[in-house]
Amino acid sequence: MNFDYAFAWSIVPDLFQGLLVTLQVVILGFLLAVLLGLLLAIAQRSKNPLVQKLSAGYLSFFRHTPLMVQLYVLFFALPLAGLTLPAISTGVIGLGLYYAAYIAEAFRGAIEGVPAGQWEAARALDFDSATTWRRIVLPQALKPMLPVLGNYLIGMFKETPVLAVITIPELFQAAKQIAGMTYRYNEPYTVMALMFLAISVPTSLLFKYFERRSHV
Amino acid sequence: MSDLAHVMPGPSPQIILKQVVKNFGATRVIDHLDLSIPAGQKVALIGPSGSGKSTVLRLIKGLEAYQNGSIEVAGAPVPAKAGGWHWPGVKKPPVVHRVGMVFQQFNLFPHLTVQQNVTEAPLQVLKLSREEALERAHQYLGLVGLNHKADAYPAQLSGGQQQRVAIARALAMRPQVMLFDEVTSALDPELVGEVLAVIRAIAHEQQMTMLLVTHEMKFAQDIADRVLFMEAGRIVADGSPNQVLVDPDNERTRRFLNLVEQR
Repeated sequence: MNFDYAFAWSIVPDLFQGLLVTLQVVILGFLLAVLLGLLLAIAQRSKNPLVQKLSAGYLSFFRHTPLMVQLYVLFFALPLAGLTLPAISTGVIGLGLYYAAYIAEAFRGAIEGVPAGQWEAARALDFDSATTWRRIVLPQALKPMLPVLGNYLIGMFKETPVLAVITIPELFQAAKQIAGMTYRYNEPYTVMALMFLAISVPTSLLFKYFERRSHV
Repeated sequence: MSDLAHVMPGPSPQIILKQVVKNFGATRVIDHLDLSIPAGQKVALIGPSGSGKSTVLRLIKGLEAYQNGSIEVAGAPVPAKAGGWHWPGVKKPPVVHRVGMVFQQFNLFPHLTVQQNVTEAPLQVLKLSREEALERAHQYLGLVGLNHKADAYPAQLSGGQQQRVAIARALAMRPQVMLFDEVTSALDPELVGEVLAVIRAIAHEQQMTMLLVTHEMKFAQDIADRVLFMEAGRIVADGSPNQVLVDPDNERTRRFLNLVEQR
């Protein structure tokens, strides 16, 4: 086995295109997951039993089926029902819906970690519930959430090769294609691994920094 | 004030509880309680733990649901179902701030500075301008002697200081009624005095109605116009500090006071 540096260098632009697609799907999917996860966690605490049940049902469904199956359903089954989305949008929605279930669970834990006295103090000052969430509870819940969110973001990033099953030309797919066409495996897979590392490690450090900086 | 001040007919009472019943599961914690308090009166609630003193305050603030009877504060009913949920778009009744409350555990907002703790509700609830809110913070932090700590975070303060901030935070809403729920019970003994001094000053300067749950009998005697002794969810003695604390005609009250003094 040998490693051809010139060849490795020559495939960087192609792999970089794959990386951009991966990052696009991950970032949008992560935003969707955080927003939806937050809504699901708040719904879990709703006094309306229907809202609570719907949220619990969502969490159960998305946590008890494989991501790949969910992607297949979104990509191949929904068009049969007349709903066709581009592969990348499907990827964003698929990752977002799936990770929302996990992030919701983490938010729920962080929200429960805010002492009951904080809710009571807000009630005693006549805050409405929206203001209580926005100004008192969520700012306090976010601090323990930061490392968890960081982990999920990196986890999501590392999970992206699964998007190849719905034809998204992400980083892993790009490396595989180059390998398939040139019969050279060392270079594309090594460059791909380095690209994953080059994103994961700084992201991890960034979240550690946020965590140190935030108050409470 | 004369010993009979609390039973004298006056303007309509500010706080009215009628036949209020509150159960926690199978346990009855408030048992057909009747109570009426005129505006401006300073009332101390005493009694053994578990007698329902704190629950009375929490009911008046609307923090607890109750199963029977009615509660009225400043002419407005306190709903029996505490903080129910609303359909989106259904308008909640407008909040008129009438009742402030200070808790045993301070419950300051740890992510906000002292000043922000005091300005937050005037800004968010009363929708005051930033200048007005800051002015109030300055006024009430001054009253509790903590203007020099305005930029500190709660964790940087002693328990006594935190409780004084909590008092300033409640006062900044300019409530008509202030509820103090065992506000010195969580404090180290050497910090109790500073908090009691602040409450004493408020009691003497401000016109607002005050209800205090306390185990500090001397303090209750000093500042209260009226003392209620509670046991098993009922008021078993109701009178001036002299009647209830110095010369109790109720056997149970006497026994309780003897126990407290022996501490």
